[in-house]
Amino acid sequence: MALNVLMFYILSAVIVIFSVLTITSRRILRAAFYLLCVLVATAGFYFMVDYQFMAGVQLVLYAGGIVVLIIFSILLTSHISHKFAKPEAMRLVMGLIVGVSGFALSTIAILQFAFKETENAAIKVDMQAIGTQLLGTGKNGYALPFEVISVLLLAAMIGAIVVAKKGK
Amino acid sequence: MIEGIPMTHVLIVSAFMFFAGICGFIIRRNMITILMSIELILNAVNINLVVFNKYLYPDQLQGQFFALFVVGIAAAEASVAIALIINIYRRLNSINVEQVNEMKY
Repeated sequence: MALNVLMFYILSAVIVIFSVLTITSRRILRAAFYLLCVLVATAGFYFMVDYQFMAGVQLVLYAGGIVVLIIFSILLTSHISHKFAKPEAMRLVMGLIVGVSGFALSTIAILQFAFKETENAAIKVDMQAIGTQLLGTGKNGYALPFEVISVLLLAAMIGAIVVAKKGK
Repeated sequence: MIEGIPMTHVLIVSAFMFFAGICGFIIRRNMITILMSIELILNAVNINLVVFNKYLYPDQLQGQFFALFVVGIAAAEASVAIALIINIYRRLNSINVEQVNEMKY
């Protein structure tokens, strides 16, 4: 078995196991750590398809930013040793029915659909190509969504500060 | 593309992650764990976008840009959600979604 195939299956196993642990762990801080493992494995997967920039964004923003934010809010709102009660049986059954049936349905759909892989040569994805397209205004340019998302991030930042601020 | 890995295997892994997130969204009752389920869902969508880009259209970058924008939206969403959670905890001393119903009726 080639090394990259082995690597892919290891990453897949990490993603599958830890995403199940994330939603079943009864200690909330451990759930956050399992989420971190899933996100890092995803970044490894982006490295495997040669999208280094995407992998870097995944590591910095998701694993470094969002998970740390979640862990901070866990420490602010719950006791570390706090353990959740077991979920009600009815809710557990409903969730499992939705999850399992949805997964089965989409797996069947994926396996039956004939994906047509292209013969076009792959372009080299370097920082220059990403930068010129992200700020380009011509064909394949993403300048407008880039500006819109920067305004959105600013609005979200101000909104978060206003909402979380302590009232007088 | 990854040598020797068919596209469907990657899609099945991301489908599993997506439905694990949906399952957690239904089962969990703590706001922060619900937020973590949403992050799982968004991450699965990102994997799908990147895989479609890499396997079906390797001569373009569209999927990667969409994944980048999804990551940006996820960051904005997480920051606002956590601000709301902290505010709710300060007022009600609980972040269980079943106890947060003050605005009903």
